[in-house]
Amino acid sequence: MSLMQILKGDRGGQLFLLVLLLAVIAVPLLNALPAGHPAYVSTYTVTLLGKYLTYALLAVAVDLVWGYLGILSLGHAAFFALGGYAMGMYLMRQIGDRGVYGNPHLPDFMVFLNWQELPWFWYGFDHFWFAALMVLLAPGLLAFVFGWLAFRSRVTGVYLSIITQALTYALMLAFFRNEMGFGGNNGLTDFKDILGFSLQSDATRIGLFIASGVALGAGYLACRALVQSRLGRVAVAIRDSEDRTRFVGYRVENVKLAIFTFSAMLAGLAGALYVPQVGIINPGEFAPLNSIEVVIWVAMGGRATLYGAVLGAIAVNYGKSWFTAALPEVWLFALGGLFVLVTLLLPRGIAGLFHRKGEAT
Amino acid sequence: MSAVQEFFRRDRVFDFMVPKVVEGLDLTHGTVLYMEDVSVAFDGFKAINNLNFYVNAGELRCLIGPNGAGKTTMMDIITGKTRPDTGACWFGSRMNLLQMSEAEIAQAGIGRKFQKPTVFEHHSLCENLELSMAGPKGVWRTLRARLANAERARIEEVLELIGLVDEAQQRAGTLSHGQKQWLEIGMLLMQNPLLLLVDEPAAGMTHQEMERTVELLTSLAGEHSVVVVEHDMEFVRALNSRVTVLHQGSVLAEGSMDQVQSDPKVVEVYLGE
Amino acid sequence: MLRIIVTTLLLCLSTPLTAAEIETGDKMLDTAFAQLLDRDFDVKAAGVEMLAGSGHPQAGELLRGLLEGELRYLNQPARLVWMRERSGGKFAVDVLDGTDHGEFSARKFKKLPINNAMRAQIRSLLAQLELSDPNPAVRLKSVNAMLENPEPEHAALIRSLLQKEQESAVREAMHVVLALAGLTATEPERRRRAIADLSDSLEPAVRNGLTRLVNNDPDAQVRADAASALRKIEKRVVLFGHLETLFFGLSAGSVLVLAAIGLAITFGVMGVINMAHGELIMLGAYTTYLMQQLMPGMIGLSILLSIPAAFLVSAGVGVAIERGVIRFLYGRPLETLLATFGISLILQQLVRTLISPQNVPVSNPDFLSGLWQINSVLSLTYNRLYIFAFCLLVFAGLFFVLKYTWLGLQVRAVSQNRAMARAMGVRSARVDALTFGLGSGIAGIAGVALSQLTNVGPNLGQAYIVDSFMVVVFGGVGNLWGTLIGGFGLGIANKVMEPWAGAVLAKILVLIFIILFIQKRPRGLFPQKGRAAEG
Repeated sequence: MSLMQILKGDRGGQLFLLVLLLAVIAVPLLNALPAGHPAYVSTYTVTLLGKYLTYALLAVAVDLVWGYLGILSLGHAAFFALGGYAMGMYLMRQIGDRGVYGNPHLPDFMVFLNWQELPWFWYGFDHFWFAALMVLLAPGLLAFVFGWLAFRSRVTGVYLSIITQALTYALMLAFFRNEMGFGGNNGLTDFKDILGFSLQSDATRIGLFIASGVALGAGYLACRALVQSRLGRVAVAIRDSEDRTRFVGYRVENVKLAIFTFSAMLAGLAGALYVPQVGIINPGEFAPLNSIEVVIWVAMGGRATLYGAVLGAIAVNYGKSWFTAALPEVWLFALGGLFVLVTLLLPRGIAGLFHRKGEAT
Repeated sequence: MSAVQEFFRRDRVFDFMVPKVVEGLDLTHGTVLYMEDVSVAFDGFKAINNLNFYVNAGELRCLIGPNGAGKTTMMDIITGKTRPDTGACWFGSRMNLLQMSEAEIAQAGIGRKFQKPTVFEHHSLCENLELSMAGPKGVWRTLRARLANAERARIEEVLELIGLVDEAQQRAGTLSHGQKQWLEIGMLLMQNPLLLLVDEPAAGMTHQEMERTVELLTSLAGEHSVVVVEHDMEFVRALNSRVTVLHQGSVLAEGSMDQVQSDPKVVEVYLGE
Repeated sequence: MLRIIVTTLLLCLSTPLTAAEIETGDKMLDTAFAQLLDRDFDVKAAGVEMLAGSGHPQAGELLRGLLEGELRYLNQPARLVWMRERSGGKFAVDVLDGTDHGEFSARKFKKLPINNAMRAQIRSLLAQLELSDPNPAVRLKSVNAMLENPEPEHAALIRSLLQKEQESAVREAMHVVLALAGLTATEPERRRRAIADLSDSLEPAVRNGLTRLVNNDPDAQVRADAASALRKIEKRVVLFGHLETLFFGLSAGSVLVLAAIGLAITFGVMGVINMAHGELIMLGAYTTYLMQQLMPGMIGLSILLSIPAAFLVSAGVGVAIERGVIRFLYGRPLETLLATFGISLILQQLVRTLISPQNVPVSNPDFLSGLWQINSVLSLTYNRLYIFAFCLLVFAGLFFVLKYTWLGLQVRAVSQNRAMARAMGVRSARVDALTFGLGSGIAGIAGVALSQLTNVGPNLGQAYIVDSFMVVVFGGVGNLWGTLIGGFGLGIANKVMEPWAGAVLAKILVLIFIILFIQKRPRGLFPQKGRAAEG
C-alpha cells in the first residue's frame, strides 16, 4: 500500500505528519542557533519534546486497541515499561566498569545486593540488536500470552479492563522486589552512553529526538495502514458487534490477539525510546495510574482517530509540565476534571470538534 | 510389539491429524442438519427438551411457536453460541457442530440473521457486505485482502437485490429498521451459506417488503436450505412450506401450514386451554 | 541475725543516728528506709525484708526500683527519689509525694548499693509479693514469668501458695511450674510423672525442658516418654499455628470484604464501575480522624459515632457523584470508569489540599488494643477480632436491607429489569441514587474500620481499589455471598502463602491466580446463570 493510499481521506493525519516532519527538521536546526537567539531551542526542551513524542506513540498504540478494537486496556503502561526495561538493561550493560563500584561484570545494584554473577535473563543485553529485539519481544510475548488466555475465554468489556489493570499492578509489585533482578525500588539508572554515544551530549539527545519522531511517524503509518485494511474494518466490526463478526465467520480471538500484540510491541518501542531520554526506568512506570492516564490522552484527543491520540498525548503532557512547574497542587484537580469533562462533554475528543460529520469510523 | 506395528501402519491416520472441520459438505443422505435428543437447561429451566429436528437439503422450513418455545435457543445451538447439555448436532453427515466454534460453523456454511437486526453500524453498506463475503478469513489473509473486480460486481449485485443501491456509501447505522433487515439478509447472501437461519425477517417490514422477502426466500430454497423463524402467520402461509411447531423446547407438530393449524394440540398451545 | 535485731531495736528506740532520716509518718517505713540506707549489707537486707512485709502499696515498686537501680537517694534534704525519663531528659521525682527534684544527675542522686545475695533475696521477695497480690492477673503474670526463668526455689514457694490459690488459671500455671521442677527430680519415676503432667502444656519452657530430657536423660524410659510427649505437643502447636493462620486470613479477608462489599453493590447490582470507590473508603477514614479531632479525649465514643458519620459523608458524596456524573453515562461502562477515575483524583487532591498531604494520626480506643491469650502459642489480637465481627455485622445488615426492605426490593427490581421496573412505577432514577449512596456509605464504614488498622492518608483508597475489584470479580458479580466468600478465600490464601513466599510475592501470586481464574470462569465463583446473564 502506498503512502498516498494509507493517508487517503485522513486529513488530520496528513497535517500531523507534515507538522512532525517539520519539527524533526526544524528543532535540531533551532538547537544549533546561539543560546541567546529568540528562536533558540534548548537541549532540555528538545529532550522534553522527544519524551512527548514517545508518549504520543504509546497513545497511538492504546488508541489502536481501544478506538478500533474496543479493548480498553488499563495495562499498556506495562508494555511501555517492559520495553523501557529492555532498553534500560542494555544501557546498564554499557556502563561497564564506570559504575560506583567499578565492577566490570555486574551492574551496581547487583554488587550492592552481593550477587556473584549475572542472572541468566541479563545475558545478551550487552548487544544492542538483542536488546532491540527484546524491546519488541518482551511486551509482545506478554501481550500474546495474556491475550491468548483472555480472548479465548471471551473476557470482554470492563472485566478485561480490570484484569489488565491487575496485570500491570502485579508487575509493579514484582518489579519492586529486589530478588527480581531489575534493580528493585530504584530501577535502572546512571546510564552513560548508547551505541557508544554519550547520553549527556547534545548530539545524542538530538539523535534520540529524531529517532522518536521517526518511530512515531512510522508507527502512525503502520497503524493507519492496518486500520485502512480489511483487517482494520474487521476490528471495528468486532468493536461494534462481536457476535455478528463471529457469525460472519471471523475468528474474533485471533484478530484481537494479533492487533493487541502489535499494539503492545508499539508501546514497548515507545518505552525503549523514552528511557534513554529521561535517563531512568523504575517500577513506578507500571503504576495503574500511568495506564489510565494514557487512556485519557486518547479520550481527550479523540478515540478512533489516530492523530487525535497524538494530539491528546502532547496536549495533556504539555499541560502536566506546565502545571507541575507553576501550580503543582492544581495538577491533579486539572487531570481529574479533564477525565470527567472529556467523558461527559467531549465523548469524541478534540478531533471530534473539527470533524462534526466524522470520517470513515 | 503389535502396538508398534499398529503405530507404523501406512494406511493409518492419527486422530489429531483428522481435521475437525471437514472440507465440503457430505449431503449423500439428503439431510443438511441433524439435531437429535438435544437438551439444554438454564438454571434448571429446560429451554430445549429432547429436541429432534432435521432439515433436508434445499428445503425451506418454517419454525413457529409461542414465546419461550426455544426457537432462538435452538438457533444458538446450531450456530455454536450455546452448547447443549446433551444430544448431537450434525451439519451434513460428517461435521459435528458441537465441536466447532462459531467462526468455524459460519465458515462451514451456516449463516444466521438475528432476531434484532445486527449490522456493523459504523461501516458503510458496501463494507458490511465486503466483510461478510465468503472466502478466507484468517488474520494475515484479511490484512492483505484487496477487493477483486468479481467481488465488487457481486456486491453491486446484492445491493441491487436488496434494493439499497442508493445507500451503498451510507453508514449502516443510519438505515431504518426495515432497511437493516434487508442489509442483514444481503450479508447472508454474501456469505453464500448452505444453510440459512433467518430469525423473524418480516418484523418491521411493510407489506410490499414482506412480499419481496417471501419471493427472495423461496428463490433461495433449492440451492440453499432455509430455516425461517416467524411469528407472522400471514408471512408463514405465504412461504408455503413445511412448518414445524416448537413448544416448551421440543417439537409439537410438523407438516404443512393447513395440517399444523388444524392440529388440536397446536390450537391448544396457541389459544390456551 | 542477733545483730540485726539489736540494730533494729536500737534504731526504733534511740534518736536517729544519721542525718539522713526520712520522715514518712509511718514508723515502720521510716525504719525500713533508714536500714536501706545503712552501709552494712546485712542491715540493708533486714530493711528489704521489712519493706516487703510492710504491706505498703508501693512496696513492690520500691523493691524493683532498688533491684534495677532506679531508686536513688538524695542527701540534703534526705529524700528517696525515682529516676524517671521524660521527654528526652532524665528527672528525679520524689518517691513519697511525687515532687519534682529537677534534672537528674548521678552525682547528686546516689545509688543504693546492693550485693548479689540481696538481689536474689529481693527477687524472691518480689515473686512472693506478686504471687500473693489480690489481683489474679498479676499473680498469673508472675507465675508465667517463673516459667520463663525457672529457679529451683520457686517450686517451694509455689507449693506453699498453691493451697490458698483460688483462681483456676493461676493454679494451672502453678501446676506447670511444679511439674517443670519435677523434670529435674532425681528419681526417674518422678520425672516420668512430671512428663505425664506436662504433656498437655504448650508453654515453650515445657518444650525446652522436655527436649533437654530427650537429649540428656540417663533413663531410656524417661527419654521415650519425653519424646512422645514432645511429639504430642508439637502436633498441637502446629495445629494452633494453622488456626492462627486461618485467623489472620479471616481478618485480612474481613478487610477485603469490607472494602469490596460496597463495590459489590455499585458494580455488582448496578453495573457501574466506580473507580472512586477507594476514595470513598478514604473519606470514611478521614471522617474518623475529624471526629476524633472534634471530640478529644473520647476516643471510644468518637469511633462509634464515626460509623454513622462516615456512612453519611461517603453516601452523600456518592449520591453527588451519581447525580452529577454517572447518571449521564449509564450503559457506557468504560466511560464511567474513566470519569469516576477522574473523580478519585480530585478527591485525593482535595484531601491533600484541605487536610494534609501527610498521613494523619488516628488513635485506637482501649477496647481495640490488647489481645486474647488463648494459650501460650495462640493469641488473637482484639482489633482483628473486632474487624472480623464488624465485617460480618455489616454484611448481615446489608443483606437484610437488600432482602427485606422497600429499598432492597426496588434495587433488585431495577437491577434485573430496568424498563419493567419503571413500568411498574419504580422511580428508577431515585433508586439508582439511593443504591449508589448505599454502596458508597458502606465504603465509608469500611474506612472507619481501616482507620484502625492502617495509616490514614490520601493514598489509602488506591491501595484497596484493585483488591476490591478482584474480590468482586472473583466472587461473581451481582452476588453478595460471592463477595463474602471470595474476600475470605483470598485473605486466607494470602496468609497461607505469606510464610513461604513473603507478603509481596503472595499478593502477586493471588493476582495471577485471579487473572487465570477469570479466564477459566469469566463470571466468577458464583455466576448468575440464564439467558439474561449471557452476552
